[in-house]
Amino acid sequence: MSAIQPPSQRVWWKQPLDRLEGSWIVLSLIWCLIMFFMMPYWHIYGKQNLANEAYRTTPDAYTKKAQAMVDQYTVRKETAQDIPVVHPPAGSDVYLIARLWQWWPLLELEAGKSYRVHLMSMDWLHGFSLQPENINIQVHPGYDHVLTVTPTRAGTYSIICNEYCGINHHTMTSKLYVVNK
Amino acid sequence: MMALNRMYRTCPTTGLLFHEPAEKLMRWNAVAAVVSLLVGGVLALLVLLTRWPAVHLLPADWFYLVLTAHGLDMLVFWIIFFEIAVMYFCASTLLRCRLATPKMAWAGFWLMVLGALMNNYSVFRGDSSVMFTSYVPMGAHPTFYLGLILFAVGALIGCFVFLGTLVIAKAERTYQGSIPLVTFGALTACIIAVFTIAAGAIILIPTFLWSLGLISQIDSLMYRTVWWAFGHSSQQVNVSAHVAVWYAVAAIIFGAKPLSEKVSRTAFFLYILFLQLASAHHLLADPGVSSNWKIFNTSYAMYLAVLASMVHGLTVPGSIEVAQRVKGYNKGLFEWLRKAPWGNPVFSGMFMSLIGFGFLGGISGVVLGTEQLNLIMHNTLYVPGHFHATVVIGTTLAFMALTYFLIPVMFRREVMFPKLAQWQPYLFGIGMSGFALFMMGAGTLGVPRRHWDITMAGNLFGHEWPGTAYLMIGLLAIFGILAVIGGAAYLLITVCSVFIGKKIETPGYTRIRAVDGMAAPAPVQPVAAAITGHGGSIGAGGMVAPGTFVLAMVLLVSFVLYYFVNWKYLSQVWPLS
Repeated sequence: MSAIQPPSQRVWWKQPLDRLEGSWIVLSLIWCLIMFFMMPYWHIYGKQNLANEAYRTTPDAYTKKAQAMVDQYTVRKETAQDIPVVHPPAGSDVYLIARLWQWWPLLELEAGKSYRVHLMSMDWLHGFSLQPENINIQVHPGYDHVLTVTPTRAGTYSIICNEYCGINHHTMTSKLYVVNK
Repeated sequence: MMALNRMYRTCPTTGLLFHEPAEKLMRWNAVAAVVSLLVGGVLALLVLLTRWPAVHLLPADWFYLVLTAHGLDMLVFWIIFFEIAVMYFCASTLLRCRLATPKMAWAGFWLMVLGALMNNYSVFRGDSSVMFTSYVPMGAHPTFYLGLILFAVGALIGCFVFLGTLVIAKAERTYQGSIPLVTFGALTACIIAVFTIAAGAIILIPTFLWSLGLISQIDSLMYRTVWWAFGHSSQQVNVSAHVAVWYAVAAIIFGAKPLSEKVSRTAFFLYILFLQLASAHHLLADPGVSSNWKIFNTSYAMYLAVLASMVHGLTVPGSIEVAQRVKGYNKGLFEWLRKAPWGNPVFSGMFMSLIGFGFLGGISGVVLGTEQLNLIMHNTLYVPGHFHATVVIGTTLAFMALTYFLIPVMFRREVMFPKLAQWQPYLFGIGMSGFALFMMGAGTLGVPRRHWDITMAGNLFGHEWPGTAYLMIGLLAIFGILAVIGGAAYLLITVCSVFIGKKIETPGYTRIRAVDGMAAPAPVQPVAAAITGHGGSIGAGGMVAPGTFVLAMVLLVSFVLYYFVNWKYLSQVWPLS
């Protein structure tokens, strides 16, 4: 009797486990539990976690905060579009706007310092992908997502949109500068 | 009331009993599936040739359009049409029972056809390039959602026809005892499908109304949460279906008997209990959901559904090993595997599906679905790399393998180009494995998915990828083309065999009354006899299938190493909290 026929024994559920399946189930279960507990373990002992701090807000309210930061901490402007480069103080709230098809403004952070980086979209879904560091975060409209970030190495990083956001999705790139104090 | 159709025919080579309306429905569903695969395959080639920077074939608008259509035609239409055929086979044919309400089944089929056509129409209009996921607030033409809703209603009807057939088989006593394991697997797929379609209705109906302007706003996070209860769960339908196909092929080719009905059925049952939690896999890098929610759901409640897949990964080859050892291939650890029919595409396709699903799709899925590890992979090419390993190597290759069995048995035609058919699973399986592997490699380097031009040419701000990223993409393109050739070979063989292949003359349909169709009662067995194992003369080390155990340990060791390598990668990125 094979798997495409009814079981030959009416009381198939009483057949004892053989050693092959028994050992594998025990090993697999142990591994599954290790993988499960790795996640809470990393929340306690690991350094890369999302705090899941987020607030519902509106594009207007969020833009106001971003604009206030830009007005106060802009150090220079870049490109033909005069995009402000903002150098906010360590520990402060840093607002990054995602919109079709731009990240605004440009950020300049200091290595070794922590910042409360806010991410929010003004319109559709976007994806915050920091390269080559390779940190990838979903960006929603209406949700102000706060990450406490500590850049470790100075350099020029790219921010790439990695959530499809329409016809010019591939043009939605930006820079993030990390400088040594 | 109309007379029930009780015309059946018996396949002379396999002894399988086909109910006339059921067989016709299976054929039509299979044909609709293959047509979807043909369209999706042409689109796959176009996507591949555009993402390959050396070719960069299509302009951006066409690329996003073609990618949207490719996802829908493959992941929804090809797979679900085929699954409906598999479900009818598992209910009607395996239980030797008439199919419940064939007219309703036809209504379901035509609704699915209409839905698929309507959805493709909306995408090819050019204003619905919203990808498979159609995340709001990006909107598509109303026919995009309506097409999917109609298709889902049709598929739901198919599920209920399947369930109704199980009820009839029980009532008319066409089998004795419990349903076969393969039918149990199809039942698992059906139950998850009902849940999946319900989740789809909950999100797609409001989105359809929103596209008509009747609802003002749909929250993007709510959409992603509910949509993925549909989108990811439908992949779990595929897992259950292709695992059932693995067991079926093991039974068909080797006469393999499940090592233990209890273990295999419990593993399927764990799928029913836990697979629906997988929506969380897509929300690990999202704001607005807590870590507790993410951890519990993304791990299917402590990885109990992963445990189930690991069990199937052992019991399917284990049952083959036992069957082969009983036949006399009992030397050493691997004689059973060396002497397997590697030239038979039904076996070679199924076995590559099993290995590829476990090693490439399974391991990468767990790593990708780990809360923190997702941060270094979310929305990169790693994601399509993972799901091409699960859905294409796992599901599609298993279905391809089953097709080579169905062509002579159900379509009653000889398989044309038998030499090519021998090679086809290798072309497709190896092509797809390299494709998925190098896609994951590019993803590990951060290359985004769903992106027209990663060279960022002409952007205000560019980005220089490491040379290895381009190497990975070049390699995935070459393997992808190999897979496309394998897919084209499958289509050529299938279409030619079904339409112009040499007919196999078999006895026609004859009428069988309900009482004639009743299964003879199984001989009563004392419990003591029933619980004896497989006989102690085969295997080694107290195990009936030691070779399989060694293979399983290779999987486990690869799994552990790869898992912790990724934690090491994660520990090197910027601290986040």
